[in-house]
Amino acid sequence: MGIEARERRQPWILLAPALTSVTLLLFVPLAFIVVYSFWLRTATGADQVGFYLDNWQEALGDPFYRDILFSTLRIAAITTVVCAVMGYPAAYFIARSRGNKAILLLMLMLPFWISYIIRTMSWINILGVSGALNWLLQTLGIINEPIQMLYNETTVILGLVHFLLPFMILNVYVALEGIDISLEDAACSLGSTRWQSFLEVTLPLSLPGLAAGGLLCFVLSAGTYITPLVLGGPRDAMFANLVFEAVITQLNWPLGSALSLMLLAILGGLVLIYNHFLGMGQLMKGLG
Amino acid sequence: MGWLLIRGWALLVYIFMFLPVAVVVMLSFNASQFGSFPMTGFSFHWFVELANNDAILRAFETSILLGSLTALVSTMLGVLASLALIRYRVPGSNLISTILIAPILVPEVVLAVALLLFLNALSLNKSFLLLLMGHVIFTMPFVILVVQARLVGIRRDYEEAAISLGAHPIQAFFQITLPLLAPAVFAGMLFAFTISFDDITGTLFWKPGGVETVPTQIFAMLRNSISPEINALGTVMIFLTVGLPLLGMAVARRMALQRGS
Repeated sequence: MGIEARERRQPWILLAPALTSVTLLLFVPLAFIVVYSFWLRTATGADQVGFYLDNWQEALGDPFYRDILFSTLRIAAITTVVCAVMGYPAAYFIARSRGNKAILLLMLMLPFWISYIIRTMSWINILGVSGALNWLLQTLGIINEPIQMLYNETTVILGLVHFLLPFMILNVYVALEGIDISLEDAACSLGSTRWQSFLEVTLPLSLPGLAAGGLLCFVLSAGTYITPLVLGGPRDAMFANLVFEAVITQLNWPLGSALSLMLLAILGGLVLIYNHFLGMGQLMKGLG
Repeated sequence: MGWLLIRGWALLVYIFMFLPVAVVVMLSFNASQFGSFPMTGFSFHWFVELANNDAILRAFETSILLGSLTALVSTMLGVLASLALIRYRVPGSNLISTILIAPILVPEVVLAVALLLFLNALSLNKSFLLLLMGHVIFTMPFVILVVQARLVGIRRDYEEAAISLGAHPIQAFFQITLPLLAPAVFAGMLFAFTISFDDITGTLFWKPGGVETVPTQIFAMLRNSISPEINALGTVMIFLTVGLPLLGMAVARRMALQRGS
């Protein structure tokens, strides 16, 4: 075999284990649940193989599922906007700071590394009936009885923002770092105010980073079920909770398949739209 | 003026990020019986409780074993794939990259359901092996991203020089490329370990009954009531998950410096 043929084959040998794993552990299982979603789970717990539309009718038609889908999208959208509003100035501060950027970034990454479940539950210490805020308010004499601030949609959003904010800041920061600072100076020297040069030069150039961060925040918050279980009340279930309920609690796997695929279609669709307009490059920059 | 405002805002964001975590650490040393506010004194009581809690110790064992195996396998797969993508001109490399990154583009819940139901149909029930496969598949993309980013910086010339001086390609790989790669491999493994150690979304779907990882154990404990033991466990986790990557970064930097000198 010639050297060239070997050169050509080598990368495929290196890629084979990874590609095989992704195929067998992701793509084939996804194809399988597409098929599975048309089967029926009978009352006896056995699967009836066939082509039944029942699960899809239930997933798409039941107003219960539809309401939760809409509230999930609403929660994800609010979380994303809050992350952008909180994160953009912070990212701008780090990018334009004359201090030690590495330290500032590292400080931001520290909470990022701290376990998601710990960060989520940490809010119970602050907002719970015997938490810091209630204690403070009672000590100051503002309230007499502890008030229940936890277990509602607001605390779910709070937990999600706390979890996802570093993703947003990191992506915006990467975009801001890529902008030549002299562009802003040039705009200023040509007569625009600092604010104008920010609005007309910096902000538009950083939009890809904002979009990448926004996509991550939206997709990750719309797919969560842990945060609503820890910080939400019984009525704050999100769509992924329905999937968890169907698969783990009710053991109705065909229905769980259909619900999962619905979530995948919506969130995957968003990723595809994003990819079409902006490409994956920006997203990968922020992740790496 | 504007800059002052931005600075103040950034400060608030940092406080927002750190405050809840600081409260966890603070409460874990609280002497009070319920471990909630106010602080009544300083005590290691809850850490002693923690060390005597068999369920938590078992969860730690499971998490560390799972994380280590995940790191090993997914780094191996990831490094090989990254080498192929960076070192060779592969037709359709963009598509291949996207395919390899796909596990993190799919919502984790969906990945979890698909893998669980598919393997179940193959009569592979919930087990440690299923957990391992799941963790490998969603940590691998992160390993690939991290390793690729570092690999770009390693020139191929060194390897080629060794080969032209008579080294066998395999010899060149192990003696030249691999040592140069070591920081990237190390970073990838650490990253994979940390992600696996922290995961709960997929783990809750895949874990067999009775097996708990640290996050699922915390989750189970939360369902009862929040006890200071949880805060103590949180403090341990914080030091582990923050300490390990910091250590890793320090080691990687050290290795890079030594090589540079």
